[in-house]
Amino acid sequence: MEAKQYIGEGWKHAILIIGAIVVMLPFYMMVSMSLKSQQEIQSISGGLIGAQETQTFPVCVKTGYSEETCTMKPYQYNYWFAFEKAPIPRYLMNGVIVTLSIFIIQVLVALPCAYALAKLRFYGREFVFSMVLFCLLIPVHGIALPLYVMLAQAGLVDTYSALILPWTISVFGIFLMRQFFMTVPDELIDAARMDGMGEYAIVWKVMLPTAIPALLAFAIFSVVAHWNDYFWPRMVITGNRDLFTPPLGIREFRGGIDSDEFGPMMASIVTVTVPLIVAFIIAQKRFIEGITLTGMK
Amino acid sequence: MGTISLKNISKSFGSTQVLNNLNVDINDGEFLTLVGPSGCGKSTLLRIIAGLEQQTSGDVLIDNKNVNRVRASERDLAMVFQSYALYPHLTVRRNLETPLRLRDYNAFERLPLIGNFSPSKKEKTESINQLVNKTSETLKISELLDRKPGQLSGGQRQRVALGRAMVREPVAFLMDEPLSNLDAALRVHMRSELSELHNSLKTTFVYVTHDQAEALTMSSRMAVMIDGNLLQLDTPQEVYDNPSSLSVAQFVGSPKINIFKGTSDSSGTVSFLNVNLKRKSSESNTDLHIGIRPEHLEITNESNENTFSGTVAYRENLGSDIFFHVNIEDGSNKIIVRGLPQLTHQISNGSSVNIKRVSDKALLFNQVGMRVQFTNA
Repeated sequence: MEAKQYIGEGWKHAILIIGAIVVMLPFYMMVSMSLKSQQEIQSISGGLIGAQETQTFPVCVKTGYSEETCTMKPYQYNYWFAFEKAPIPRYLMNGVIVTLSIFIIQVLVALPCAYALAKLRFYGREFVFSMVLFCLLIPVHGIALPLYVMLAQAGLVDTYSALILPWTISVFGIFLMRQFFMTVPDELIDAARMDGMGEYAIVWKVMLPTAIPALLAFAIFSVVAHWNDYFWPRMVITGNRDLFTPPLGIREFRGGIDSDEFGPMMASIVTVTVPLIVAFIIAQKRFIEGITLTGMK
Repeated sequence: MGTISLKNISKSFGSTQVLNNLNVDINDGEFLTLVGPSGCGKSTLLRIIAGLEQQTSGDVLIDNKNVNRVRASERDLAMVFQSYALYPHLTVRRNLETPLRLRDYNAFERLPLIGNFSPSKKEKTESINQLVNKTSETLKISELLDRKPGQLSGGQRQRVALGRAMVREPVAFLMDEPLSNLDAALRVHMRSELSELHNSLKTTFVYVTHDQAEALTMSSRMAVMIDGNLLQLDTPQEVYDNPSSLSVAQFVGSPKINIFKGTSDSSGTVSFLNVNLKRKSSESNTDLHIGIRPEHLEITNESNENTFSGTVAYRENLGSDIFFHVNIEDGSNKIIVRGLPQLTHQISNGSSVNIKRVSDKALLFNQVGMRVQFTNA
């Protein structure tokens, strides 16, 4: 390579590195603050993990624990107190229940629908598809109020159903899977029909396995959106703390009478974020495998 | 048994007529080829036989039973597709098993895990395994059984696709251009293998192709279709020697048949250029098309009333034969003449040659392209 090319490559890398720093910095701050003591956080000292001096934490004592219990290293305290103050495992479990239920039902609805729109010929198909596209244009916040009223009338506020039901039909999922199914050769479906499969068997036994890459992409969108959603759970979960999803749970650490405690707050955020990041890394690996799976021709 | 009859089959998509009142009777154990240029409706006809497409009108009979209302899977036919259409996520073994599992297991036995408790399942699984093994041995794909289609070459996938059709031991095989995704050498090889397979299975084959060479080499009978019409249904030799119309003559044979403009006089005697055929047509006093195949013309040194001359525009050497593309002197036609290499090797592009016809081989067609017979030999 010539010197000129090095400079060109160098520019690209410099820009990408700046971009990466901008994205990574909040995560760095989050992890760092979840390990440090309150003084270190407020004085912005201590580097990544702080001095980790054993100390007694006043907020803890005020909450009613003995001084002995409240004496420990900052990182221990932050995570211990986060779990002590709020039922984080419960929140995480709610998050898993809600996001998985939403995703599974979305797939159950979207796959047959996308298959019909992509591969079956029926009267009015184009109209139905244009309605799907039309629904993509409706913003969630625009229909939030009517949806809430409907759920309230049905007596479903403060239940899992309120968290799950409004999201079970994903027009985006239908659209995405339909576009993917268009690329699946018709002959594969004809072959399945000749072999004796019915239309539903074709959807689940032929289309689903070939659509794994697209499905994973959709899973990332769907799970991330609903795991992180704050707006909707905040609306329909009014009192019952047992139904809080992780974002609602984090709110518990918002400054109260005692002043803000950033350490435990950040510790809870780390706990809430980690499952997503792990899931994403696993999915990404499968994503690449999934692409090599499609040896159609 | 495996007879298939198509009675007055028509098919239209919207206002477009794709198939026009077709009648075909396919005999048991026959290798019938549906051949025609792309878009002639041959694939649609095959899909109607398979039950993947519904005809607009007409009847499909398999073993003398009307199957108009029978679903594709219940017609007991097997189909081989152009793109092979193997399940990409299943191993070759599972690909071969799939049609058998769907046919032999009942709904309960197909359930995962609890299906294994069915008492009859073990026996069925064994017979499925036997069939799969037997088929994979016949097709020499036993060592591929644990691979996925993505890991196979084109030729291997082709065999697996054949295998998936064979395991069911269907009453007839339907093949939709199964060789057109293979490279030229493999395609020629697979032709002979398919013919052998047909001979050993003795099952009815219905084979769709746009390649007239495949049709000529493999089939016991070929059906030439153009624009949704069945033009001729006969043995390959008969179709080649005795085409029923100009379109068939032009479609079958490579290189293409030469067409000359000719006339018949009041007595019916036919002539073209300066050549008199010395034979009489059944239609007198009219313009005719005269078809002569490249191998029925030869390059000669003589120059008389039976020869005509032209200039070689292009010389196509195939080793065993040389084809000369010749511009005829009056500029009306470009024709192709076959020459034997040992006799014609010194002729190069641009040289002028005399051409003689082999007698008794000309074919006559009238202005609308229908075949016209000679009245005397």
